[in-house]
Amino acid sequence: MQSNAALEYDYSVAKLFTYTAILFGFLGMLIGTLIAAQLAFPELNYLLGEYGTFSRLRPVHTTVVIYGFTVSGVFATFYYSAQRVLKVSMAESKFIMFIAKLQFWIYLVGALVATISLLLGITQNKEYAQYEWPIDLVIVVIWVLWGIAMFGLIGIRREKALYISMWYFIACFLGVAMLYLFNNMAVPTYFVAGVGSAMHSVSMYAGTNDALVQWWWGHNAVAFVFTVPIVAMIYYFLPKESGQAVYSYKLSLLSFWGLMFVYLWAGSHHLLWSTVPDWMQTMGSVFSVVLILPSWGSAINMLLTMKGEWNQLTENPLIKFMVLASTFYMLSTLEGPIQAVKSVNAIAHFTDWIPGHVHDGVLGWVAFMIMAALFHMAPRMFKREIYSKKLIEAQFWIQTTAVVLYFTSMWIAGITQGMMWRAVDEYGNLMYSFIDTVTVLHPYYAIRALAGVLYVTGFVMFAYNMIKTMTSSRELSEEPQFRSPMA
Amino acid sequence: MFHWLEKNPFFFAVGVFLVIAFAGLIEILPNFAEAARPVDGLRPYTVLELAGKEVYKKDNCIACHSQLIRPFKAETDRYGQYSLSGEYAYDRPFLWGSKRTGPDLHRVGNYRTTDWHENHMWEPTSVVPGSIMPAYKHQFTNAADIATAYAEAVTVKNVFNTPYGDDIQPGKAAFEAYKPKILAEAQKIADNMKNKDVKDAVAAGKVPEVVALIAYLNSLGTSRYEAKK
Repeated sequence: MQSNAALEYDYSVAKLFTYTAILFGFLGMLIGTLIAAQLAFPELNYLLGEYGTFSRLRPVHTTVVIYGFTVSGVFATFYYSAQRVLKVSMAESKFIMFIAKLQFWIYLVGALVATISLLLGITQNKEYAQYEWPIDLVIVVIWVLWGIAMFGLIGIRREKALYISMWYFIACFLGVAMLYLFNNMAVPTYFVAGVGSAMHSVSMYAGTNDALVQWWWGHNAVAFVFTVPIVAMIYYFLPKESGQAVYSYKLSLLSFWGLMFVYLWAGSHHLLWSTVPDWMQTMGSVFSVVLILPSWGSAINMLLTMKGEWNQLTENPLIKFMVLASTFYMLSTLEGPIQAVKSVNAIAHFTDWIPGHVHDGVLGWVAFMIMAALFHMAPRMFKREIYSKKLIEAQFWIQTTAVVLYFTSMWIAGITQGMMWRAVDEYGNLMYSFIDTVTVLHPYYAIRALAGVLYVTGFVMFAYNMIKTMTSSRELSEEPQFRSPMA
Repeated sequence: MFHWLEKNPFFFAVGVFLVIAFAGLIEILPNFAEAARPVDGLRPYTVLELAGKEVYKKDNCIACHSQLIRPFKAETDRYGQYSLSGEYAYDRPFLWGSKRTGPDLHRVGNYRTTDWHENHMWEPTSVVPGSIMPAYKHQFTNAADIATAYAEAVTVKNVFNTPYGDDIQPGKAAFEAYKPKILAEAQKIADNMKNKDVKDAVAAGKVPEVVALIAYLNSLGTSRYEAKK
């Protein structure tokens, strides 16, 4: 085949996942804002009876955002960019197209069933791995289908060398598969006992071991869902949007293999001061600090990609999103290791500083990057200009304000909490009862709820802009090369 | 070597997998040999307590309450003896939690009563003014799933050798034969409660969720150390 012939890429699957990213992003963030408000104003718990309490909605929020929004974004950007970096069109293989579409529809149905099951309280209660075993099996099917599509595309590729983004997508696939399988090993009770619910299972691991496996997963879900595929995105979309080559190939090699090797060691930093053996806690601490190197390696590589072209930051809001995303990635991957230092962790663990840390990562890095990537893809997938540049600018500032409000309020709240729990008077008696440490947080919880409202507002602007782009923006005669055209 | 790997996706994938699997092998496997040993005198949860643990999971109490007391003076002053690995030997899954919006519960059975929990679940601010916890009134009317709790006891006994008595056996008939023991235990909890609907339900042979949940909460703490019967 002619390798220089223009390929007609097929975006039908990327489009489908783009729709679900927008839908689940909105729902997940809306629920997040509701539960943030519930902590400040507890009366909001009773809007939906049993199904509307903070406790029942909290896993719905996390899973809709993680597995609905983020993973949709990962699949959408994968099915878009993999074709391009591998120089192969989905349209060339009916089989791969079928697998990818099958993956999407099982994913959509699975996501709805899974969300309903959590609302009903059907859960294994492992954080970020709540689904019961039948839904776990569906997730395995979805993942295997993705693997078939990924390696199928790789198999028929024309570009011999895999681009950096593909390294990270492959790592995402392998890492999640390994961790998910191990953590969700469980025995369904109905098949042993012949009575009770068929949905229910017990974990293969008990107590401390269960905790180890769970946080080996919990931490590394952050690695392989929130970090690795998002790095894949920035390595593709920032150079594409800016027209700049990646700053250093060697740095990307170093940070990739470094990240792969180091990340998994750090899971036990979630278990500092617990009943996990001391040497494991120390390993978790030490490797968390080492993890700064490969994380900052990627981020610096991206920032330096803009070398000499910083003017683009003022001209192109998508560059703004991506550069700020890299910056939040640096902030978040510095903050994490600080919290993993044992003495800091003694104060930070169990407090609101942790959701604060998580959210400067997910709101500032993950969601910013996904939204920028979808904006970049839209003109190329729908052959239309982005509907409004001004709207993106406004969205950027509203959401940046939201992220800053979120993490600053939670930093203060968390450190206040941690200090009050341990405060003793001159005779060595505890100074505060627990409820004192709750009521004092009200203003910070209110600020966080406000941050949530702002962020969702920005997301609605994003969704509106995307929908307008798809339906009624000015049509393009040819595919844009670098900067996305916007009205 | 890396250039070669980038052109050979199969070996690339194998390489990535080995590199990421390495840490797990070193950190996780060694602990499996020892950490699940129970401390002396630890008894497994009763079936009613397991049903309560299911309520705890279903209403996701873990979102706000931890069950892990760290070895700091402030924590042992507030909650009691710090947690030991062997105390969790029968916890599948572990329920340590990662956030304390409310206090730790690992030894709550030592310092709260059935009556206190009843008030707390009905209207949290009635016992803790300023509490932001929602009320869990539906637990007073929903029935606890004791059949599934029984199935869990059978499973951990048969698959993981958890020391339950010979009266825990698979099958519907065995469950029906065991049921009176669960109800008798529920009756003891209900005797200390004041909600009339709950008392009536238990008298009629049903177990409201709140009864099971309180049985579970009462079991948390050193009260779970008992000589094996």
